[in-house]
Amino acid sequence: MTLVRTIEALRQRWSLLVRMFIVLLVLLVLIDAVPFLIDKEKAHTAMESIPGFWSLFGFFSCVLIVYISKYLGKIGLLQREDFYHD
Amino acid sequence: MTELWIHPALILLVGAALLPLVPERIRAGYLLLVPLLVFARVHGMAQGVYGEVRYLSWDLVFGRADAIASLFAYILALMAVLGTLYALKVKKRSEFAAAWVYVAGSLGVVYAGDLLTLFLFWEMMALSSVFLIWLRGRKESLAAGFRYLLVHSAGGACLLAGILVYSRGAESLAFSGFNVQHLGIGGWLILIGFLLNAAVPPLHAWLPDGYGEATFSGSVFLCAFTTKTAVYALIRGFAGLEILIWLGVIMALYGVVYAVLENDSRRLLAYHIISQVGYMVAGVGIGTQLAINGVCAHAFAHILYKGLLFMGCGAVLQMTGQSKFTELGGLYRKMPWTFLFTLIGGLSISAFPLFSGFVSKSMTVAAGFEAHLLWPAFLLTLASAGTFLHTGLKVPYFIWFGKNNCKPETWEQAADPSWNMIAAMAIGSALCIFIGVYTPYLYDMLPYPVEYNPYTAYHISESMQILLFTMLGFFLLLKKLQPAPAVAVDTDWLYRRGARVFRRWDDRLLNGLNAWCEELIVRRALPWLSRFFEAPGGYLQVAGLRLLARLGGADRQETEVAVQCRSRLGTYPVGIGVLLAVLYLAAMSLLFFF
Repeated sequence: MTLVRTIEALRQRWSLLVRMFIVLLVLLVLIDAVPFLIDKEKAHTAMESIPGFWSLFGFFSCVLIVYISKYLGKIGLLQREDFYHD
Repeated sequence: MTELWIHPALILLVGAALLPLVPERIRAGYLLLVPLLVFARVHGMAQGVYGEVRYLSWDLVFGRADAIASLFAYILALMAVLGTLYALKVKKRSEFAAAWVYVAGSLGVVYAGDLLTLFLFWEMMALSSVFLIWLRGRKESLAAGFRYLLVHSAGGACLLAGILVYSRGAESLAFSGFNVQHLGIGGWLILIGFLLNAAVPPLHAWLPDGYGEATFSGSVFLCAFTTKTAVYALIRGFAGLEILIWLGVIMALYGVVYAVLENDSRRLLAYHIISQVGYMVAGVGIGTQLAINGVCAHAFAHILYKGLLFMGCGAVLQMTGQSKFTELGGLYRKMPWTFLFTLIGGLSISAFPLFSGFVSKSMTVAAGFEAHLLWPAFLLTLASAGTFLHTGLKVPYFIWFGKNNCKPETWEQAADPSWNMIAAMAIGSALCIFIGVYTPYLYDMLPYPVEYNPYTAYHISESMQILLFTMLGFFLLLKKLQPAPAVAVDTDWLYRRGARVFRRWDDRLLNGLNAWCEELIVRRALPWLSRFFEAPGGYLQVAGLRLLARLGGADRQETEVAVQCRSRLGTYPVGIGVLLAVLYLAAMSLLFFF
């Protein structure tokens, strides 16, 4: 099947994909810093004019969500699978 | 009513009723025809008010078809077509009947112009949808179904109580916006009924509980109709109610937190319904034209991509018998198309540019920024990072890539599903991309004129940064996100574990009271009374005699025997009767004269 072959071909070039991904991340922040390309007239707060503000926001949102959830799981939300069965 | 008006729900109800009579040969055609007819009926209905009936002293309106109702009916009917196509090969006809009655209920709610009609269809939805859980046939499904039914019955009772209280002070039962400044008891009760169906914490635990246990195709229906009709009802009744903004933000974050902990793919998707409906509830609370447009657009897009996601995970469940991440993994070789469609669903819900969520979700968030609600708007944006983290990354990664946890039989059975399921997912995916690419399709249906353009350079840059840096976080924290076999305790604990505590106390208190009453009244008081009434006169006399004997010290043995004998035979001297009569008359005359 061609779809499987495509996926496998992509998996074989994993390190290249990772490098491309990192380049893309850098590009996103760089582009964000060019007022000519990204018009920040409509930004709602002053913070948003910092180049790469939303990158930081996205990354820290992700980290925050994972750590807070894991913490809540540890202090009691997570129980063994047969919790309700006895 | 001057002309014949056919309610779209009626087509589904008649279709469901005739289902057992349909011969096997034309079953597939019939199954597709009925929802297609409904979709054609909904699509062809001009805006207006139809189906007005006067019943007792009430004016019932079955067909209020304005812009908002038409939009919701359109997407609900479309989802009915896709859901039926997806389920086409399911053997049990009862599942189609249940699903269609359920869809009929939701269409009835959407077109209802008064509160009584709304309630009627509201209950029809609850009572029919529970069968989509029960029909899975597992012991757990039976229990989950009963819990689902009980919670919805409580919500329905609350709604009915609210309608009754509200009707005392209102001129008519027309379902229009309530006075959000002064809701009154009736308004609050109705609101609680709506919020329960919209799965607002803490009234939400029925949703992951029920949807995780439903049949593989039942969840596809369930995920679309109950919460979205509730959102519709909130738009109608409570637009601009400020508390909804914060409730919506809490919902958006709540679902995201639980999704991290969840090991079952369908329960994870269920938690993301709560999260996504949070955007809609917050939008209703903001209540501006842009916000209401955003809510309608997001509900529309959400029904499609969430249906698509449940179809993908449902296909995995149907083909492998598993839905937990700890039992799956590495399936891309076996189910590549299911992976692709699920990924498209994941990108849509994550609001990737060119996918449906991008053009709908951002409207609500933008409305928040425009109304200067900075905290809610930022928190909703934060939640959207979580959405991509789970639905866009965690679900596809741990089912189709990651560590292969499949048992040999799971791996053996795994394959892309039958053509009808693939077709339903393909159409769903195509629509998700179409909505994202060609915005006028959705925007022209919205109730207010749209001046919003999601494809500005700034918005694309913002979204891409949030999404791709979330992706970076995902891969850096991959170890932390590894699934583990566990359950996350939610507010259903209250009625699952709490019920046992309640039962124990109930047992002690009520059964204790019962036992005490039995000892006192049944075992002691009744025998004593019955002994007494065998010969009441004799007992009284003997008791009097004993008293006298104690005072006087005379021999009473003989007299007692004589008294008992006399009372048993009823042979009293005439003198006693005369004495009693004289005493009685004396008492009466005293009463008369004074």
